[in-house]
Amino acid sequence: MRRLLLVALLGVAACAGKAPVKTASNRPVEVVSIPFDPYPSTYHPYPGVTTVIRGGTVYDGAGRKFAPGMVRLENGKVAEVGASVAIPAGATVIEAAGKFVTPGIIDIHSHLGDYPSPQVAAVSDGNEATSPNTANVWAEHSVWPQDAGFTRALAGGVTTFHILPGSANLFGGRGVTVKNVLGRTAQDMKFPGAKPSLKMACGENPKRVYGSKGQSPATRMGNIAVDRQVWSDAVVYKRKWDDYTKKAKAGTAKPTDAPRRELANDTLMGVLNGDILVQNHCYRADEMANVIAMSKEFGYHVSAFHHAVESYKIADLLKAENICSAMWADWWGFKMESYDGIRENIAMVHNAGACAIVHSDDPNGIQRLNQEAAKAMAAGRRAGIVVAPEVAWQWLSLNPAKGLGIDKATGSLEPGKMADIVLWNGDPFSVYSRPVNVWIDGALMYDAADPNRRPKTDFELGQPGAGDVK
Amino acid sequence: MKALLLAALLAGVALSAAANPIALTGGTVMTGAGATIDNATVIVDNGRIVAVGSGVAVPAGATMIDATGKTITPGLVVGMSDLGIDEVSGVREANDTRARKSPFSAALDVTPALNGRDTAIAVARAGGVTRAVVAPDASRDIFAGQGALIRLSDGTDIVTRARAFQLVELGEGGAEAAGGSRTASFAAFRNALDEARLFAANRGREIGNHENLYPRADTAALVAVVDGRQPLVVHVERGSDILAVLALKADFPKLHLILFGCREGWTVADRIAAAHVPVITAGIDDLPDAFETLASTKSNVGRMVAAGVLVGLGTSGGESTNQPRNVTQFAGNLVAQGRLPGGVGLTRDQALSVITRNPAEIFGMTDTGTIAAGKRADLVVWDGDPLELQSAPVAVLIDGVAQPITSRQTELRDRYLRLQHDALPLGYRQ
Repeated sequence: MRRLLLVALLGVAACAGKAPVKTASNRPVEVVSIPFDPYPSTYHPYPGVTTVIRGGTVYDGAGRKFAPGMVRLENGKVAEVGASVAIPAGATVIEAAGKFVTPGIIDIHSHLGDYPSPQVAAVSDGNEATSPNTANVWAEHSVWPQDAGFTRALAGGVTTFHILPGSANLFGGRGVTVKNVLGRTAQDMKFPGAKPSLKMACGENPKRVYGSKGQSPATRMGNIAVDRQVWSDAVVYKRKWDDYTKKAKAGTAKPTDAPRRELANDTLMGVLNGDILVQNHCYRADEMANVIAMSKEFGYHVSAFHHAVESYKIADLLKAENICSAMWADWWGFKMESYDGIRENIAMVHNAGACAIVHSDDPNGIQRLNQEAAKAMAAGRRAGIVVAPEVAWQWLSLNPAKGLGIDKATGSLEPGKMADIVLWNGDPFSVYSRPVNVWIDGALMYDAADPNRRPKTDFELGQPGAGDVK
Repeated sequence: MKALLLAALLAGVALSAAANPIALTGGTVMTGAGATIDNATVIVDNGRIVAVGSGVAVPAGATMIDATGKTITPGLVVGMSDLGIDEVSGVREANDTRARKSPFSAALDVTPALNGRDTAIAVARAGGVTRAVVAPDASRDIFAGQGALIRLSDGTDIVTRARAFQLVELGEGGAEAAGGSRTASFAAFRNALDEARLFAANRGREIGNHENLYPRADTAALVAVVDGRQPLVVHVERGSDILAVLALKADFPKLHLILFGCREGWTVADRIAAAHVPVITAGIDDLPDAFETLASTKSNVGRMVAAGVLVGLGTSGGESTNQPRNVTQFAGNLVAQGRLPGGVGLTRDQALSVITRNPAEIFGMTDTGTIAAGKRADLVVWDGDPLELQSAPVAVLIDGVAQPITSRQTELRDRYLRLQHDALPLGYRQ
C-alpha cells in the first residue's frame, strides 16, 4: 500500500482503479499505467424543465427542416423533434412563430480562456513558445474561467467549443472541449467524456518562431523533419509502454520496470492509440498533403485541418481521407499562407462530399458563426453550389461535433442527444437575427429578455458597462 | 437606346464616363440619406448623378441597366482602412502600413505608397466598396502620419485626396509609444503641436532647432494640423480619453478633430455631440478586450447616433474579421442590436448611412455617399438587401464608370471548381 501511494505521488496511478490483474497462476500483479483523465470534468448540467418549442422553423442540424416544427426537451435531452411532438402535462410551451430553432453552435477552434479579455500579458497564456514540441502542455491549464468572451459567445448561440493552444509550435499541446457554461474552474466547464486533442501546426508560424531564434525548424522542410523525429520517438515510447504492459500483465515485470513517463510522449502516444484527436493548423493544400502522408507513416489520423483556406484545392483528397476542414468564411491575405483564401471554400469542400466546418479562432468571430456560414452558403450558391440552409447548418454543429468526436452526444436535434439548443428571433442566416434563448443540456442558460439569464464574469463586475446588452 | 445587360456589366464591360448617359431603371433606391424610393430611375451622365426618382425621364441614347428586383445604394465608403497599402499583412515587403525603423512620424504620407492594383482593392470593390479612407498605422511615435482618400476604381488612378488627415494615437497605444503612459503621450502631443506653431510663426526658419524633439519634416507636417487645415484623426477608446481629447480644443482651438475607435463613446456621447466632433468606429466590438474598452457594446453606435453624434464605420485594417467588404455585415448587426430587448441600434436607413453618407461627410467628400442629383455616380446594384449576408453587388459604378467585380479570388474559385484532371495540370486552366 505504501508503495502504491508513493507511485501515485509520482503521478503514476495503478491500472483500472487499483484492481490487480490476475495472472494464470492467480497471483495478483500490479500494472502501472498512465492515467487517462487525471483532471476530470466536474461539469454538471443545470436544472431545466420539460419544454416544448412550437410554431417556429426547425433546422435539426442533421440536414432536416421542419417548418413549422416542434422540439421537446426533457431531462436535459432532446426528446422529440418533428412537425408535431407530444406536449406532456405541465411542460413549458414556447410559441416560436416567426422564430427559428437550431442546435447550439459548436466552435472547433477557439482560444477563449487562454487568450482572454482583457488582452494583457498577465493573462495571455495560449502559446508555450519555448520549444517546437510542447505536446506536454494542456490548454485547459491556461483557461481563465472569468473570460467575458464566454458570455459573448453564448449570446451568439455557442453552446460548446474547443480551446486549443496557439500555433507557435509544431506540437502546441492538448486542446480541451468545454460546455459554454460559466464555472469557477476550467474543470467545471469540461465536456464530459470528450476526448482531448493534440494541436499541431504547419507552415509559417513554427518556422518563423523558431527560425528567428536560430533554431530548427526554420523552413517547411524543417517543420516536417522535426515532426517526423518527434513521431518516431513517440513510436519508440509507445513500444516501451506496450512491451512493459504486456510483461506486467504476464507477471514478468515489476512496477519499477515501468518506463519513465514523458508528458509530451504521453500525449503523442495517446494519438497513436486513438485516444487523442489531432487538430492540425494548416493553411496550404500542399502542406495538408504532406501531413496526410506523415500521418500514414506513423499511424495516426488527422481529425481536422484548421484555418484550411486552401482545402478547396484538395477537397477530393480530404474526402477520401475522411478529414474535416475547419474554415473561415472569408479571411484571407493577412499572411502569405492565407493569400489564396476564397469565400467559396466551405461550399466547395462540402460539395466534394468532405466534412466542412465553420470555425472562428477569434473572440469576435465566435459570436457570429451563423453569419459566417450564411456568407459561405451564398458564395457557394453564386458559384453554382446550392446548399440548403438546413444542410449548411451541419457546418455549425454536427460537423464540428464530428471533428471533436462528440457527435453521438450533441451537434444535432435528435432524440437522446444533449438539449443544446438555440431559439433565434429570425432566420439565423439573416444579419438581423440574434439568439433569444440558449439551452445547454436542457437548462436555459441565456435569455435575451432576462438580465438574470445573461451571465457576467467576475472581471466585469463593477466595471463600466457590466450587465449591459452587449 | 442601347440595352446593356447586367451580365455585360458582370463581364466587365467598361462604360466610358464621357459616353452616353446611363439609366438604371426599376430598382429600389436607398439613397444613403434616409430615403427609400421604389421603382426608381437613376440617370448618370458624365460621372455624376443627374436625376433620381420614380418617373424620371430617360434621356435619348442612354445606356440602360435594368435593376428591376434589385436594390441600388450609394457606393460604400469605408471610414478607415489599409486598402492599397497592405497587400499581405504578414509579408513585410507587401505591407506599407508601418514604418518601425523610420526617424519620421507625422511626416509619413501614405500617398506614394498607394497601389491601385493591390488585390484587396478588387476584393473590396466586388463587395460594393467604392471609396475608402486609408491611414498608416502608428509604430514608434504617437503620430502615425498622413492618410489619404481613395476611390476603388479599376487601374492606378485611385488617390482622390492626398494628405487628407493626420492620425495620432492617444490611448493605450499612444501611451506606450510615447514612453509608457498617457502623461507622456499628451505631453508629446502638446509639445509637437507647440513646435509646429513655433515653426509656422517663424515661417519655417531654423530657430533653436536643436531643442526640437521632432524632426523638421514632422514639425512641418503638423502645421496644417495645428491651424486646422488638415483634420486630425485621434484614436482613443476610453471614455476619459475621449474627454481629454475634446479638452485639447481649449489650447488648440483650431484643431479639426475626428475621433477614431471610441468603444466607450456611448458613455460620453452627449459630450461628443456637444463638441460637434464626428466618430469613426468599427461598430460591433463588444468585448472588454483592453482596459480602455471595458464598456464595449454593440449598442455603442446606436447610442452615439441617438445622442446626435455623426458616426461612420471604419475597419481597423487587416484581412480577417474586419475586412472593408464586410462593413455591410457590421451595419446590419447594428440593426439587429436594436431588435434585442435593451439594445440600442440603428434603422436600416441609418445603418446604410454609417457606411455611405456619414464617413464621406466626416472626411469632406461632400459630393459622395448619397444618391442625389449632382453627386458623384458611385452606385452599387445589389441582388438583395444590401445589408444582408447573402446579398452581393451585381454592378458597381465609380464616377459613372462600370467596374469589374472580379478578383484573383474569383479566378482561383473558377480554376478549382472542378477538380477532375484534364489533359493538362490545373495550372493551365485559365
